[in-house]
Amino acid sequence: MQRYILSRLFQSIMILFGVLFIIFFMLQATGDPVSLMVSRNASPEEIEAVREAMGFNRPLIVQFGDFIAGAVVGDFGDSLRHKQPAMDLILERLPATVELATTALFMAMLIGIPLGLLGGSNPGSLWDTLARGAGLIGQTIPNFWLALILIIVFAVKLGWLPAFGRETWQFLGITLPTRSVILPAFALGLFTMGQLVRFTRSAVMEIRSEDFVRTAYSKGLSDRQIYIRHILRNAAIPLISIIGVQFGYLLSGSIYIETICSWPGLGNLLAEAIGNRDFALVQAIAFFTSLVVVTLNLLTDIAYGLADPRIRYGD
Amino acid sequence: MADAAQTKGTGLLVDQEADQGLGAKLVYVGRLLWRDKSGLLGLIMFLTVVFSAVLAPWISPHPPLKQDLRAAKRPPVWAAKGDISHPLGTDNLGRDLLSRIIYGSRVSLTVGFFGVLIAGSLGLVIGLVSGYAGGRTDNVIMGGVNLILALPYLVFVVFIAAILGRSLINVILIFGFTDIPIFVRITRGEVLRLRESGFVESAKSIGAGRLRIIFDHILPNLLGPLITIATFEMSAMIFYEAGLGFLGLSVPPSVPSWGNMLATGRKYLTIYPWIATFPGLAIVFTGLGMNLFGDWLRDALDPRMRRLKR
Amino acid sequence: MAPILEVSDLVTRFYTFDGVVHALNGVSFDLQAGETLAIVGESGSGKSVTMMSLLHLLPMPPARIEGGSALFHDDSGTIDLLKLNRAEISRVRGGRIGFIFQDALSALNPVMTVGRQIAESLERHLGLGHEQCRRRVVELLEKVGIPGAKQRYRNYPHQFSGGMRQRVMIAVAMACNPKIVIADEPTTALDVTVQAQIVELTQQLQRELGIAVIWITHDLGVVAGIADRVLVMYAGRPVEIAPVDDLYDHPGHPYTIGLLEALPRMDAAGSKRLISIEGSPPDLMAPPAHCQFAWRCRYAFERCWNEVPPQVSVGPQHHITCFYDVNRERPRDNV
Ligand SMILES: Nc1ncnc2c1ncn2[C@@H]1O[C@H](COP(=O)(O)OP(=O)(O)OP(=O)(O)O)[C@@H](O)[C@H]1O
Ligand code: SF4
Ligand SMILES: [Mg+2]
Repeated sequence: MQRYILSRLFQSIMILFGVLFIIFFMLQATGDPVSLMVSRNASPEEIEAVREAMGFNRPLIVQFGDFIAGAVVGDFGDSLRHKQPAMDLILERLPATVELATTALFMAMLIGIPLGLLGGSNPGSLWDTLARGAGLIGQTIPNFWLALILIIVFAVKLGWLPAFGRETWQFLGITLPTRSVILPAFALGLFTMGQLVRFTRSAVMEIRSEDFVRTAYSKGLSDRQIYIRHILRNAAIPLISIIGVQFGYLLSGSIYIETICSWPGLGNLLAEAIGNRDFALVQAIAFFTSLVVVTLNLLTDIAYGLADPRIRYGD
Repeated sequence: MADAAQTKGTGLLVDQEADQGLGAKLVYVGRLLWRDKSGLLGLIMFLTVVFSAVLAPWISPHPPLKQDLRAAKRPPVWAAKGDISHPLGTDNLGRDLLSRIIYGSRVSLTVGFFGVLIAGSLGLVIGLVSGYAGGRTDNVIMGGVNLILALPYLVFVVFIAAILGRSLINVILIFGFTDIPIFVRITRGEVLRLRESGFVESAKSIGAGRLRIIFDHILPNLLGPLITIATFEMSAMIFYEAGLGFLGLSVPPSVPSWGNMLATGRKYLTIYPWIATFPGLAIVFTGLGMNLFGDWLRDALDPRMRRLKR
Repeated sequence: MAPILEVSDLVTRFYTFDGVVHALNGVSFDLQAGETLAIVGESGSGKSVTMMSLLHLLPMPPARIEGGSALFHDDSGTIDLLKLNRAEISRVRGGRIGFIFQDALSALNPVMTVGRQIAESLERHLGLGHEQCRRRVVELLEKVGIPGAKQRYRNYPHQFSGGMRQRVMIAVAMACNPKIVIADEPTTALDVTVQAQIVELTQQLQRELGIAVIWITHDLGVVAGIADRVLVMYAGRPVEIAPVDDLYDHPGHPYTIGLLEALPRMDAAGSKRLISIEGSPPDLMAPPAHCQFAWRCRYAFERCWNEVPPQVSVGPQHHITCFYDVNRERPRDNV
């Protein structure tokens, strides 16, 4: 298990270096990164000034070294637009995105897992049809369109839910979400809900036909005991991975929903930064979200290893 | 030889049909499709989109770019102020939504098709190299694959699109290249599986060359999984293209595309909701068709699944 | 001796997409208390499906049991296994009939300790409490010859060797002192020395506990060593049933004769798992209206191609499903 964790840790670190490499050279890909950042009718003097200020006139290798050195301590330079360290801006926006993604994940799990279980345990039943339908819907309705439709229906027509902005509620010094998160979180979580339904359903269907389930039946256990002790327990382990991956997806994939619903999180910051051609900030966000996703994957793998005795007691 | 022959031609259909001719196979596929109506429905939906893309100039009621400010912001025909000459209404500049949706399918399908073509063919070649070469080459390739798969996809796609600028070619290249790892993985997996099962060795021992083995044994086995994945990936690319368009990062704003239309619709969301509704429905329709078909394909190719179905 | 199990005319079919698989076409046999009945027959002949039909262990759909009865007799009376509902059959499973499966690695839950997997049965049928359970589990593990049982009951299946896992499987099957244990090719996945140990262990436990054992196997060598009687199956029907010595000395069915003549042949994977004879196995999707074995039978004559042979008795305990009398080398006239 220790070796497993260490090797996964090493892999994660390698991936993060790869990410830095990609992020750095992506800007160079067009030939001149400065031209990306200035407006089209900037004078040559202005361009030179930016080049100077951003250090793009130095040799590439020096720039890269600097970039890595900064990245390791979380310094991606200042945002061109906000004249503030990029990392500060990110940390400022992070709580809103975490709130949105966590709510979305819970909503998705609350609907997706039970539905998948019901569908997978009763193939061909009404539940199964529902589960298949939900899985399909999650995969075929793009969240940006869903958000628009939800706004039309629930905010504009019915007026039940606020559609734009984030409101929080302070209680004993803790910031708590309010119902302003419901609509964006539902739109964001739909895909995840679909994935969870699909996965849970097929895992249950597959495990149901495993030999050890037949053994469990041959021992005279009841359906309920077999479901809880044998089927669910085995399905839960890979489900950990799916949930981990999906959480990463939610944290890093909220750009549409946040722009549509004016949610002041990382996705919104990314959209703004791209609109302003503020590439130092874009780089910082790209790295930060990668860090989050890679860390989540690592934690997920460790949790998976702890949950699965074949890995826990493996060599 | 008998062993090696067993794997031949089993890509699209499972073993017992391996010896049948193409005609018999097609009949069999048709029978499977007919049994599972959802697969057939999916195929029909997808073909509808393909036909409207091909026939766009003949079936669109208006030219997609034609502005008509007097007819601007007209609701769909069934609404109070609707008008039969614009069945789905018009946008803020009086352009006919139905015509733009029909033309928009061209962008979506082009991006999806060429994106998958690039990703699929490069992925296939790289996967073959990786699986065959093994050792250091394999490690390097798989390192790259794992790196790309570990990235937050949307963030990077948006990032790259912002750098490259708005054009159809750029969008195709972005999806074509970022999607390679998926295809590398399955190809490599299949090569390794076949190597393990000894077919490659036995084929080698009777003197079959490497290319020969690839064409006779590996490609036929890969065909099924590749087509299935390609279906899902193509539908995913259509989604991502629309998303980029929505953010103003896909094809230029003058081009009628579903994403661009959504971006326009969003601006008028609360007053003229139909502008955003219909292009979205087109995306859902296409995605639904491809996913229904893809699901069916995957099940049909999986002999275990087929066995259970009565 | 009294029969403990009487199966008659069992018919099981699978309704699959590709067609109806006629897996069992009228299986009848009986099992005496405490005896060992071996079942042999080539792959696909319906050995496993027979056993799983009895305990309702087949996936339904696609499986359907379409006829027959399976009378189980014990102190508390007689029941027809096929007529039991879910709750009733679950009392029989593991309680009065234990099951040993072929591949212990896949037949044991990978994420549950072996101790728990044995204890489940004890809790279910004997209603033992936690501490009693634990003690009984250790006792059982010791009995099936697992060294260090006190520690090892906490281990997971993957931490055992193949042979040890099969011993665990045996402990699971025997945990609640069943009347019958069904062993479906319990030694096929093991190497030869381990096979012998497992055979011996099963026999020893059988003697100690007075269990009747149904032992499914491809290995005619094992059959000679352990069986009291042998049932030979072909295409979902019993073609011959006889005491073991009788069967080896005077085989009456052409298929049995073929089996005994054929040397164990190595199959592709290099194991001598298959007992095989010339010709290809029958197509269960389209069973013919004549003897299923006719295509491969060297004695086949006209009648074989027109009628399905019934079962005939050639001795008090020796039954054959065939029109031909191989000893007299002519068709039987009393059928
Ligand atoms: N779930 C199923 N669906 C369809 N057909 C099945 C299923 N299970 C078994 N069969 C069919 O039933 C027939 C009898 O199978 P069975 O497993 O009893 O054979 P067997 O004698 O135990 O063979 P083996 O020696 O290989 O274990 C086979 O033809 C098999 O294809
Ligand atoms: S009935 Fe006829 S064909 Fe069938 S086994 Fe007997 S002799 Fe052979
Ligand atoms: Mg069997």
